[in-house]
Amino acid sequence: MNRPLTIVVPVKHVPDAAQERVLAGDPPRLQRGTGILCELDEYALEAALQLVEARGGTAAGHRVLALTMGPAPAADALKRALQLGADAAVHVLDDALAGSDAWATALVLAAAVRRTAEEEGRPVDLVLTGMASTDGETSLVPGQLAERLGLAHVGFATALSLDDDAAALTAVHATATESLRVEAPLPALVAVTDRSSTPRYPSFKAILAAKKKPVRTWSAADLGLGPEQVGTVGSRTEVLGAEARPPRTAGRVIHDDGEGGIRLAEFLLAERLV
Amino acid sequence: MTTTLVVLGGTQRLRRADRELLVLAGGLGGTHAVVPGAPGQELLDALAAHGTAAVHVPAGEPDDRLTTPLTALTEAAARACAADAVLLSATPEATDVAARLGVRLEAGVVTDVVALDAQLTATKQVLAGGWTTRCRARGGVLVATVRPHAVELPDPAPPAGEPAGRPALRRHELTDGAPAARIVGRDPLPPTGRPSPAEARVVVAGGRGTGGDFGPLEELADVLGAAIGASRAAVDAGWIGPEAQIGQTGLTVSPQLYVSCGISGALQQRAGMQTAKVVVAVNKDPQAPVFEIADLGVVGDLRTVLPQAAAHLRRLRS
Ligand SMILES: Cc1cc2nc3c(=O)[nH]c(=O)nc-3n(C[C@H](O)[C@H](O)[C@H](O)COP(=O)(O)OP(=O)(O)OC[C@H]3O[C@@H](n4cnc5c(N)ncnc54)[C@H](O)[C@@H]3O)c2cc1C
Repeated sequence: MNRPLTIVVPVKHVPDAAQERVLAGDPPRLQRGTGILCELDEYALEAALQLVEARGGTAAGHRVLALTMGPAPAADALKRALQLGADAAVHVLDDALAGSDAWATALVLAAAVRRTAEEEGRPVDLVLTGMASTDGETSLVPGQLAERLGLAHVGFATALSLDDDAAALTAVHATATESLRVEAPLPALVAVTDRSSTPRYPSFKAILAAKKKPVRTWSAADLGLGPEQVGTVGSRTEVLGAEARPPRTAGRVIHDDGEGGIRLAEFLLAERLV
Repeated sequence: MTTTLVVLGGTQRLRRADRELLVLAGGLGGTHAVVPGAPGQELLDALAAHGTAAVHVPAGEPDDRLTTPLTALTEAAARACAADAVLLSATPEATDVAARLGVRLEAGVVTDVVALDAQLTATKQVLAGGWTTRCRARGGVLVATVRPHAVELPDPAPPAGEPAGRPALRRHELTDGAPAARIVGRDPLPPTGRPSPAEARVVVAGGRGTGGDFGPLEELADVLGAAIGASRAAVDAGWIGPEAQIGQTGLTVSPQLYVSCGISGALQQRAGMQTAKVVVAVNKDPQAPVFEIADLGVVGDLRTVLPQAAAHLRRLRS
């Protein structure tokens, strides 16, 4: 059986880690200028696309929906997700959302997933996320989203597949001491790592096609959420202070002239590291 | 007084990470512990020595569900002892438990904590170790995952001898029916006979520049009692298991010494090691970015530099 699947991929627009990143203000917040689609979310998108493509893709009625919450420039992350192959996008856009921690973010995303299912007129089968955002780096949102949506949850998955009738999934979850094979009934939430696949590049055709794809924009109120539930006030954590760590500076560089190893050993002795 | 609930990793003995959590909790006030299954006598003795007031265990046998049994047990324990803070060791699994627990307890969750003060203000590194922030839960409970090696252990640890008193054993009947993934197979990783990079004082890490031969690194690691780490390029090439990967999507390590060998020092690699106390780099390419952050850089071939360093250290030692 080839039941049409609905997969939601939450994606985040993040500052490019290759540029200098700064926390400023009171309370301190990450300064968000131009950004990129979080690299780790590309793996989730890739996993979603591979799952539906193996089953006939959009032509067979499958839907991959990119979902983001963020200020106006976050639309760029959705644009990229559409170019990569998502069928449609949802943007939760509201000034009240600024400063949301994982708790408030998961609250909003959960409401948006429910609303998406309503609008699509069919339930969401799978929520696929990256293992972490490259800015907040907490890895909390997948678990909190699964908890709020009442979904089976596989975190840090390095491989993912569906059974033939898309009733259940199989995944690999690697811990520090063992590799676990797990099964979960659908609907479910899986957070994938960068070992799960290799993300694609958008083709020229896909870039053009993306322009025609629909983007829905919702406010917090559209999702039934009051301003006191989201943003800084709705968060369960608060940041009291932030300091830049002095950057590591270059020390001594020596060229191996045949005694480089001896110099290295002497350095370790002098620094009392052996 | 602050009541802290510590979630332990095993049922038979305390691992280093567990002891760190117990020492951290002991400095804040009263300690309760969560043990994921039937606790062994050695573990109970060690918990008594740490002054643990009560040990919370599941009433039934642990089952094969991922994450949810420990979440349910910890939730029940946190409610039973009215915990102000719940501490877990920062691993991927614990992060998933902390996340779900945060929703259930309406708690503020802070991950990768390196210090926690009496007011439950947590210190952590963010933006790939580039910034340090202080944060706390806004009212209510704090759930925190704590980085390994964030806490100094007293020496000798733990205080042996007469236990301060047996911790009370509290069994929790769990009726958690939340949908969950089930574990259907386990493949243990082959033992390396070395410390894990997350816990070691010294990490010798290799990248693409090893060409797949970690022999020279192992020679040096033997002399230094070090763990072996790797860049993603070395892992992707299949030269070493993914559990050795250091960096943004691998382990974050803060050892006394990090020896980077045949690794260019890309941003994502630096994210996992730049809080090391001392960094030594060996790389053929004088332009490699790793030299921008190394305390000592050796421009040279790792296949000659590392064995020579190991031999010299062995000679000095004997
Ligand atoms: C989303 C994402 C996540 C990532 N996460 C991680 C991560 O967690 N960890 C990580 O490491 N990377 C990560 N990367 C990859 C990272 O960007 C780099 O590609 C990777 O670190 C490069 O590994 P390398 O330094 O071993 O290889 P290279 O960049 O190829 O460098 C090899 C170095 O070895 C030197 N060399 C060669 N031969 C010798 C010799 N005989 N003796 C001495 N030196 C020699 C060369 O001069 C060169 O500098 C990630 C990338 C992405 C996109």
